Amino acid sequence: MDHSSVDQRLSAIKPGNAVYVKDVVQSELKTKLMEMGIVKGQPLLVMFRAPFGDPIAVNVNGYLLSLRLEEAALVKVEIAPVE
Amino acid sequence: MMKIALAGNPNTGKSSVFNMLTGLRQHIGNFPGVTVDKRSGTVSFEGDEYEITDLPGTYSIYPRSEEEKVVYDILTNKVHPDYPDLTLVVADESNLERNLFLFTQLYDLGLPLVLVLNMTDVASRKGLRFDVDAFNKKFPEVPVVQTNAKARLGKERILNSLKLDLNAPKNLFLPEVSLCAIDDKQCQEVEAEKRYQRVKELYTELVSESKIDSERFTVSPIDRILVHPVWGYLIFASVLLIIFQFIFSFASYPMDWIDGKFASFSALLQENLPSGLFTDLLSQGIVPGIGGVLVFVPQIALLFFFISILEESGYLARVVFIMDRIMRPLGLNGKSVVPLLSSVACAIPGILSTRTISDQKERLITILIAPLMSCSARIPVYTLLITLVIPDRTVGGVFNLQGLVLFALYSLGMVTALLLAFVLKNVLRRGERGFLLLELPPYKTPSWKNVGLTVWEKLKIFTLDAGKIILAISVILWALASYGPSGSMDEAELKVRKESKTLSDSKETEQRVASARLENSFIGWMGKGIEPVISPLGYDWKLGISLITSFAAREVFVGSLATIYAAQSDDSNLRLIERLRREKRSDGTPVYSLASGLSLMVFYVYAMQCMATLAVVKRETRSWKWPIVQIGIMGILAYVGAFIVYQIFR
Repeated sequence: MDHSSVDQRLSAIKPGNAVYVKDVVQSELKTKLMEMGIVKGQPLLVMFRAPFGDPIAVNVNGYLLSLRLEEAALVKVEIAPVE
Repeated sequence: MMKIALAGNPNTGKSSVFNMLTGLRQHIGNFPGVTVDKRSGTVSFEGDEYEITDLPGTYSIYPRSEEEKVVYDILTNKVHPDYPDLTLVVADESNLERNLFLFTQLYDLGLPLVLVLNMTDVASRKGLRFDVDAFNKKFPEVPVVQTNAKARLGKERILNSLKLDLNAPKNLFLPEVSLCAIDDKQCQEVEAEKRYQRVKELYTELVSESKIDSERFTVSPIDRILVHPVWGYLIFASVLLIIFQFIFSFASYPMDWIDGKFASFSALLQENLPSGLFTDLLSQGIVPGIGGVLVFVPQIALLFFFISILEESGYLARVVFIMDRIMRPLGLNGKSVVPLLSSVACAIPGILSTRTISDQKERLITILIAPLMSCSARIPVYTLLITLVIPDRTVGGVFNLQGLVLFALYSLGMVTALLLAFVLKNVLRRGERGFLLLELPPYKTPSWKNVGLTVWEKLKIFTLDAGKIILAISVILWALASYGPSGSMDEAELKVRKESKTLSDSKETEQRVASARLENSFIGWMGKGIEPVISPLGYDWKLGISLITSFAAREVFVGSLATIYAAQSDDSNLRLIERLRREKRSDGTPVYSLASGLSLMVFYVYAMQCMATLAVVKRETRSWKWPIVQIGIMGILAYVGAFIVYQIFR
């Protein structure tokens, strides 16, 4: 399956998977997400989820950021190629 | 005096730097026009005095909460009274990219800056090397100071940098954008995008990685346990239980000591000073009043000791993480957990710490339910009542029954608070949507200096601010108990003396006299006035007096009972509890039975008896509407709850 054509969101990524940020959906939170380092091209690694699957913890450049699923759903991502 | 501001991201050790510089020479004030706490302190170095202000931690100059707005307001307004002469930007060297984002924003504001690179130890462990020369070429006006504030390294270096005659930056890092308005999201977006691009380039020029840090991409084993669906919650519950058991078992020793010292000091004054109004005021009003304030110090110190350890270690952020999903259906937020937990110590700092919740509705709900969390001011009330009516015995082999009852009272408050939140969620109108973008900082050993200073700060606020109210009320109470409507007290005394002539025991006579005098004092009239209302709860007029006086602050309840019973008898050396156990109703049954004791406990779990909290709620919600609503809800809960409990156990 060709992932690049699918509109993948960070909220759907399972822990242990690495992705790149494609874009952040236009929203009230866009600036805040960007200020926390969620910018185009940024590699992200989904680290773990809270009990009940929400929020999730994402590694952004070496620091851990916690986002609710509805917030992670604002982040469009691309699966990083497997090395 | 030169004004220095401390700015930086959260979790960069900014408070450690602040504490390292100012030590005990710090105080809490307010930023003009807003209700955000201003932590500032002074430091002198080689003959110069500096005033250092610790600005709230932010990721950007554009705020996402009222607290963060302070940073924008101050740093972008040259005529602001707190506008700094120099700004120290504290940055985490081990996580520099995001930190440089804020740094370059501040640089572009044209502020004279010093870059304080903190946590150098972590950075070098991660194999990160910062190129100071390259930085100096880019930002010639900005000196760089490397510190490890936790190990108290680098204080001299920072102070030396203050001596440099620093110029404001002449260039701009990002010349193509200019400062955005606080509500212009689109402008801020464009800036964030461009700035991050440029910062990423800057980062690769400044920082070299000498080894691949594999650890930063693996989940730490501690996180595996602490956010685990089972262990995570079990550990959180155990941590709370341990804290409460610890406080209940160990705080009593210093408390008893303070209690005893003040009681004997009162007696000493009474014996050695000439009898009269002044001696009575001192020995029965002021000295017990001060004792009544200081007796809380051990509990508050212990509570904030634990809470700040949890915060310092990074655990509290994990609590937010695992609690957020649970709190959301209740109309709350993972961040509500910290204010609610702080309310376990005192609702006032708890309510003040709701400023980090950016969603206005979630914040309001948190404020409204916070006083239902059992605060430290209730501990003396609970302690007194539990010791009075609950037997001191072990159940289930390990648990102390008194400790279990205490835990049950805390739980009752907590559960009711959450249920109320759920009700409020469906009643209140929705504003902007909430969000939770939270950094989970790396675990670290707490800095004992930071923990100590937090405890010290809280104690100062309590003894000076709340203490004043408690002392004033103790004195007023003494006056109300010692005076009555003209002549009524003397008349009552004469009557009792006539009736008691047949009694051989003069001590009993004196007791009856004192009791009669109290009954006819101003406060006796007030207590009797509400007796019909409170007797279905199991209370008599003396308890009525205590309820009235402790409306101002719960902890006054104990002092109030002490004053009432001390005023009633000469044996002021007898411990209050023994005195209360001897208190009988007219039919010979004890006033403080299991039923009335439990009823009182429930009453104190629910009732909004704290003027200071009401004042804070008014200030934070900007209207009298919410504190009045709060008084109403909690009053109804208290009356109905206490009524049910008394009727069940009588």
